Amino acid sequence: MGTLGGAGLAAVVAAGRARTLRMESERPASQARSSGLPARGADGESPGGGAPFPDSSGSSALLQAEVLDLDEDEDDLEVFSKDASLMDMNSFSPMMPTSPLSMINQIKFEDEPDLKDLFITVDEPESHVTTIETFITYRIITKTSRGEFDSSEFEVRRRYQDFLWLKGKLEEAHPTLIIPPLPEKFIVKGMVERFNDDFIETRRKALHKFLNRIADHPTLTFNEDFKIFLTAQAWELSSHKKQGPGLLSRMGQTVRAVASSMRGVKNRPEEFMEMNNFIELFSQKINLIDKISQRIYKEERDYFDEMKEYGPIHILWSASEEDLVDTLKDVASCIDRCCKATERRMSGLSEALLPVVHEYVLYSEMLMGVMKRRDQIQAELDSKVEALTYKKADTDLLPEEIGKLEDKVECANNALKADWERWKQNMQNDIKLAFTDMAEENIHYYEQCLATWESFLTSQTNLHLEEASEDKP
Amino acid sequence: MEQAPLEPERQLQPAPLEPLGSPDAGLGAAVGKEAEGAGEENSGVDTMTHNNFWLKKIEISVSEAEKRTGRNAMNMQETYTAYLIETRSVEHTNSQSVLTDSLWRRYSEFELLRSYLLVYYPHIVVPPLPEKRAEFVWHKLSADNMDPDFVERRRIGLENFLLRIASHPILCRDKIFYLFLTQEGNWKDTVNETGFQLKADSRLKALNATFRVKNPDKRFTDLKHYSDELQSVISHLLRVRARVADRLYGVYKVHGNYGRVFSEWSAIEKEMGDGLQSAGHHMDVYASSIDDILEDEEHYADQLKEYLFYAEALRAVCRKHELMQYDLEMAAQDLASKKQQCEELATGTVRTFSLKGMTTKLFGQETPEQREARIKVLEEQINEGEQQLKSKNLEGREFVKNAWADIERFKEQKNRDLKEALISYAVMQISMCKKGIQVWTNAKECFSKM
Repeated sequence: MGTLGGAGLAAVVAAGRARTLRMESERPASQARSSGLPARGADGESPGGGAPFPDSSGSSALLQAEVLDLDEDEDDLEVFSKDASLMDMNSFSPMMPTSPLSMINQIKFEDEPDLKDLFITVDEPESHVTTIETFITYRIITKTSRGEFDSSEFEVRRRYQDFLWLKGKLEEAHPTLIIPPLPEKFIVKGMVERFNDDFIETRRKALHKFLNRIADHPTLTFNEDFKIFLTAQAWELSSHKKQGPGLLSRMGQTVRAVASSMRGVKNRPEEFMEMNNFIELFSQKINLIDKISQRIYKEERDYFDEMKEYGPIHILWSASEEDLVDTLKDVASCIDRCCKATERRMSGLSEALLPVVHEYVLYSEMLMGVMKRRDQIQAELDSKVEALTYKKADTDLLPEEIGKLEDKVECANNALKADWERWKQNMQNDIKLAFTDMAEENIHYYEQCLATWESFLTSQTNLHLEEASEDKP
Repeated sequence: MEQAPLEPERQLQPAPLEPLGSPDAGLGAAVGKEAEGAGEENSGVDTMTHNNFWLKKIEISVSEAEKRTGRNAMNMQETYTAYLIETRSVEHTNSQSVLTDSLWRRYSEFELLRSYLLVYYPHIVVPPLPEKRAEFVWHKLSADNMDPDFVERRRIGLENFLLRIASHPILCRDKIFYLFLTQEGNWKDTVNETGFQLKADSRLKALNATFRVKNPDKRFTDLKHYSDELQSVISHLLRVRARVADRLYGVYKVHGNYGRVFSEWSAIEKEMGDGLQSAGHHMDVYASSIDDILEDEEHYADQLKEYLFYAEALRAVCRKHELMQYDLEMAAQDLASKKQQCEELATGTVRTFSLKGMTTKLFGQETPEQREARIKVLEEQINEGEQQLKSKNLEGREFVKNAWADIERFKEQKNRDLKEALISYAVMQISMCKKGIQVWTNAKECFSKM
């Protein structure tokens, strides 16, 4: 179901890096695109670990061009797509998110600009009122060139519940992969109305990121439920949701999970102990950074509010001072310009830094969940081994069960390890970018203010020189 | 530690050279010759050399502040701050300064000096004292009079006060002022012996005059309105500035938290660790830079405050004018009524109601001799009255002329000082921006190396 299957995972083990796998699956896919083959990654031949990416420079150049100058790319694209209807790149401009920042964000999800063939946007929140409830749906547009999709463009509407369902299914299918976090259900404090505009916008952006992160994940991107989520009509989705393990079996799973977690993990391997420690500390720190960043935003907003009043007082003053009118008015306009610069800095912070930091707060919670699930899988194995050792239960079937569980544990551990590396790399990049942007915003802010005040000073000095020369006979 | 860039000297810095009159000028009302081309500023930028009245130049500085305890008038222990005033005379020829006097004074003695000057120079806009209690504070600044920062700013303010007097063409010649700088003990007695408190106009009288005066000089009425506006707008400005400072402080200080957390985080990161750690250091630098920035801004606020208090000094001059004008109007009215009485007596007609008229009706007319006597008395009074009115008129005109000359001087000073203050504010902002750019550029480099 959406995973690459045993062969694919074995390729991961052999290559040792998820990224390699991804590139491998890309190249056959690009052939698939031109020949219309539906299967993807079916030829799981691994060219060996650590293969360099011969196409990387070329594909990255192509990708850059895609982002920046879509019109001129038609010639390049024809190499990949004999069937023009599969992917109409030009239709990107009006439909895709127009802000360059968000486009770059999309691309920079991976540390390497891989060739994306699945583009998702989340927009147009709409309120729906029924007799029972009020809820918001978001429009999701998917464009893809993948063969397994029936079409190249899809438009559906989904509500938050649907996203929750998707996340649940992904966690079920890949218990030890790091699933991207969803924005919170509710904001704890400061919520007057459940659906105020800021909340909706923040959520929309986070949902957009959620889906794109899944699309960029080498394994999750092929998940079947994900595909259905993106493409199915509302009624199709509802009926699909009803399939799958029933409530009772899900409850049973939960009970087993709780029981095994209570047993605790005795033999957590060293590397996972390290991972766990990192996650705990990281979680602490990122939470603090989230709080600090929110606080900075608040302080900047308060500062802005006070500054707004500061400039006009100088104008008021100029009304009673004939000789200082110009100077006072100039000071007032400088203060107003600095005020605007502050506003820009604030919005920069709220776009570049706050959502990223907050996402990683949610990620840190996710990670703790992933660790638990890994531990549970191991605990299952451990309990069976224990049973065998102490001859507690029927020992005939145990060895076979244990064999299966050992495989399961190994797969789970390897999946997590690979994904962990990938996640760490992404985290570093995202954090680095977010803080670099924040620093850049601040530099820009101070540069603007500096220019404002320096030009004021120059004008005052010039005036002074003018007056001085007037005095001379 | 980054230094603020050199900027044109603000007037609150001690000026190196100040002209001072020869110290043997007598006491007395200064309705006298005014020195021309005066209005020397404390700004060190303008050269002082064009005022060459005096052979000797004197430097004044309030160089230290010290906490003292003593007994007050009610024999209770109190703590107060004493300020050291040093006077140096500068030889004209070789510009070397020699310490001539140094003594300690407390704030209440400065107040006494000012009260004296207000009485004896009512036509002068007397420089104001720095505030007695800290006002317009924002949260970090304490309102405590013993707080060292407050004491330091007050020291500067008191020095500025003395320098303003010393550079005033008239006030600088006052003997009591000279003694303030030179006579440690007994100065208080000397001041009190002038009897200035008795000469002071009562507040009640002044208030009365303000309401009842009919024809004050329009320029003074306008000046009063101006000073009210000045006071109101500067108060407003200072209040908002304090709030802005508070907020700015918050923004900077919260960034300091990043420093701590980054440093802790860097412990678990292998590749990002160094970048995080050094970025954190820059966040700390950023957070602590606000202290100096706001300290500088406090000086700017003090410059504005001085003119806030000057507004009161302007109003004092207006009040004096109103008082004199009212006095004049009353004298003229009195004279007019006496003249009328005289006329009535002379012609025998009683046009207006008067007590004399009533008694005449009731008790019969008085004898011609009595009438003659009364006319004589009245005529004498009228003569006296006319003389008085003449001299009051003269006094009034002199007052208006001299006061207005000082007000013009004050206006020029104010325009110069305020303009300079606003420019210095811009310079401060520029310095703050430059520091910000530097810190964030460093931080950005660290972030990009992570």
